[in-house]
Amino acid sequence: MNQWEVVIGIETHAQLATVSKIFSGASTAFGAEPNTQACAVDLALPGVLPVLNKKAVDCAIRFGLAIGAEVAKKSVFARKNYFYPDLPKGYQISQMDLPVVVGGQILLQVGQGDKAYEKVVRLTRAHLEEDAGKSLHEDFHGKSGIDLNRAGTPLLEIVSEPDMRSSDEAVAYAKALHALVQWIGICDGNMQEGSFRCDANVSVRPRGQAEFGTRREIKNLNSFRFLKEAIDFEVQWQINEIDEGRKIQQATVLFDPDTGETRMMRSKEDAHDYRYFPDPDLLPLVISSDWIARVQSELPELPGQMRERFISEFGLSNYDATTLTANSEIAAFFQLTVGIAGKQNAKPCANWVMVDLAGRLNKDGKEIAESPVSAAQLAGLILRIADNTISNNIAKKVFEALWNGEGATADEIIDKQGLKQITDSGAIESLVDEVLAANPANVAEFRAGKEKAFNALVGQVMKAAKGKANPQQVNDLLKKKLAG
Amino acid sequence: MINRSLKQLSQALAAREISSLELTTLFLDRIDRLNPTLNAFVTVDREKSLKMASAADARIAAGTAGPLTGIPIAQKDIFCAEGWTTTCGSKMLANFVSPYDATVIQKMHAEAGLVSLGKTNMDEFAMGSSNETSFFGPVRNPWDTSRVPGGSSGGSAAAVAARLAPAATGTDTGGSIRQPAALCNLTGLKPTYGVVSRYGMIAFASSLDQGGPMAASAEDCALLLNTMVGFDERDSTSLDRPVEDYARDLDKPLNGLRIGLPKEFFGEGCDAEVMAAVRAAIAEYEKLGATTVEVSLPNSHLSVPAYYVIAPAEASSNLSRFDGVRYGFRAEDYANLDDMYMKSRAQGFGAEVKRRIMIGAYVLSHGYYDAYYLQAQRIRRLIADDFVEAFKHCDVIMGPTSPTTAFKLGEKAADPVQMYLSDIYTIAVNLAGLPGMSVPCGFVGGLPVGLQLIGNYFAEAQLLNVAHRYQQATDWHQRRAAIE
Repeated sequence: MNQWEVVIGIETHAQLATVSKIFSGASTAFGAEPNTQACAVDLALPGVLPVLNKKAVDCAIRFGLAIGAEVAKKSVFARKNYFYPDLPKGYQISQMDLPVVVGGQILLQVGQGDKAYEKVVRLTRAHLEEDAGKSLHEDFHGKSGIDLNRAGTPLLEIVSEPDMRSSDEAVAYAKALHALVQWIGICDGNMQEGSFRCDANVSVRPRGQAEFGTRREIKNLNSFRFLKEAIDFEVQWQINEIDEGRKIQQATVLFDPDTGETRMMRSKEDAHDYRYFPDPDLLPLVISSDWIARVQSELPELPGQMRERFISEFGLSNYDATTLTANSEIAAFFQLTVGIAGKQNAKPCANWVMVDLAGRLNKDGKEIAESPVSAAQLAGLILRIADNTISNNIAKKVFEALWNGEGATADEIIDKQGLKQITDSGAIESLVDEVLAANPANVAEFRAGKEKAFNALVGQVMKAAKGKANPQQVNDLLKKKLAG
Repeated sequence: MINRSLKQLSQALAAREISSLELTTLFLDRIDRLNPTLNAFVTVDREKSLKMASAADARIAAGTAGPLTGIPIAQKDIFCAEGWTTTCGSKMLANFVSPYDATVIQKMHAEAGLVSLGKTNMDEFAMGSSNETSFFGPVRNPWDTSRVPGGSSGGSAAAVAARLAPAATGTDTGGSIRQPAALCNLTGLKPTYGVVSRYGMIAFASSLDQGGPMAASAEDCALLLNTMVGFDERDSTSLDRPVEDYARDLDKPLNGLRIGLPKEFFGEGCDAEVMAAVRAAIAEYEKLGATTVEVSLPNSHLSVPAYYVIAPAEASSNLSRFDGVRYGFRAEDYANLDDMYMKSRAQGFGAEVKRRIMIGAYVLSHGYYDAYYLQAQRIRRLIADDFVEAFKHCDVIMGPTSPTTAFKLGEKAADPVQMYLSDIYTIAVNLAGLPGMSVPCGFVGGLPVGLQLIGNYFAEAQLLNVAHRYQQATDWHQRRAAIE
């Protein structure tokens, strides 16, 4: 495996969050009764014509600006011709030679903690196109049903360069892209409903070889887990093939989540000749600088900009700032928290959001938007740590109590459960004295040079204080007494 | 009454000399009597027409009538009309009842208050120059029923020439209004591309198709055109221009008019007697104060080959929607999906349509696209540039509409290339997107000859003026086919 390098490029179809379809006025809402959201244009009745929905163009421009790409002044819609029952016109309107977005890049963070590294993935292009309908193969007495509600839904097809070198990088890219399209409000990101789906082009080559190997394209991966599993399987399959002396043939494959395997859908020889040509029903899409400027003015602060700001404004590390801007929900939660807890507490806010809260959410399988602990509650908790009302350890208890709804605020829980930290040096001193008197063995060990014994004594004091003694004061006093 | 102009009919209706109901009945009765001979109409719906006539009478009585309210006309069966069978001359749509109105139909019915007498026969999907490719059989020329009326708007031409309707709509992709007008002694106008909405007009070649009027005189064409035009937001290629009255300049004197005579239109390939009639018409123009100048359209010999790449390319894609899935013809027995497609399309389309679909699919296919489609588009540009250059030296271009008079049924049916050459003078106008007209200018052996007028972009009013002044000085257009 190590002598092989994996090369992955990803094509993503992001369904654009417009109210109506890309070339007709019909609704794009998900889940309606079959064929109730298909108008004459979507049904491709004789004589009907497409009219471009400018809101879809707004979305494409937004995306182009967010990834630092060139928004083409002129792009062209082309017809991709093929027959399928859920493709009413017998062609899909897409963009071929002149796409609306060219170039750009996305910064990702791959891995977590110490193993994390940053990676830039370049984008080739993004273009506008229409979705097809759906063929329904069940419950029609041996026939297939066609639901054209989805036909004409606007898609942005986003094509990356083959810059990824592992399934982890591929997943990190897909997640970053998924977060970005939601961040800028152009896609709801709902993968179950098919709003965001990926095709992965996978090849392997001997490490050090400059040319790419022959790629196979895995179609329609609609979860990050499938993306990873499919790539991992495919990579191993390709390596095995080569090891056994066979050549990889260019092909399109499907991933079966039940078996965890990819299987061939069609080979290059069966590839359609789509007979692309410019759609004579649509004029070239001309985007003025005014249009771009208008969309630019409506853009929210972008992840990259926010990340830089977190570093300069809050003094956060690169890693923290990147993690906290991984998606708009985390960023919003952090910003709310730090807004209440104050800039001076930015680092603990970052830690609490990234480590404690994220860990707890993960444990319950919850998204940050569903967090039982609000940003305001967390900020209240962090403030009590900062002013020494509670220790970090007690704070974890308070956090758990907040999570379980045992109180409305940290203060209430601290008060109700008597968790306020003991800072009265007299009180701590008497506890220390009691512990030293009761544990002569530990004292003797410490004096004999066993550092561990000191920790045992701290533990005893904290236990006697029911965890509420200020740990720093306990440390200082113990040291003083043992030295004396 | 049947020989009256639109203006005279309008006056008769306004003066209550006749009601729309009576007038409509008069023409419907005439259709009943003569259509079995001519086969000009494929659908007549007396009840619907009379209902529209009653509504028109109500508008006239209420004083809300427009200039043409209550006048019956014939509609080429390429325009979708709500509740009307709309066949486009094809078995594929023989059972298709349109659930919606084309923009042109809607304007004529709802706004202008015109009464539709029925749908006229046409070459299948407008592909033909003789009206012999119709699934519903050929149309006969009222001037000689052993001859063709021209095509593809042959049914409309025959209907007006035989006074089964005072006027009709047509569409012109490569000459389909002008050539049948010439062969049936009518005045026909193909407007500048984008002036008449294509929404609801079943597409043959989207970048060339344009609807227009066919009538007995330039004045009638102007009045009918007024009801057809206007920006349509449902057609992306529709032009947003100020509304104009196309009859406004009809009477302008022609003093100083510069007529360009392209040397390529006056060389070989045209019947000598047809050419003599055309030259006589030009001499008449000189009497009316016009001057002539020789111009050149050096690339015009490439117009037929370029057209027979571009038009089939677009048609092959436009006709993909006729797949037997959602509406229209579906073969009875089929083994699977591909078989259903193949049989439905093999049985539903006629030979000429299939020929053009195959040519179109070929020129768009991988490896041939550059050599054919792109090359044809370059030629198209050169042809348009030729006209731009020519119009620097003249105001209007004249020449023959068709190289021959009406030919015999079956004479060219077996030789597609001979048939394609019928449009040798008209095709360049579509490729350039210019307005063109055909005006009756004499007879050869009892068969009408048409003079073609080509104007600069948006020069419809000027063309109509040039045609009208000629018709004030001559009576060719007033001669009627002796069919009863």
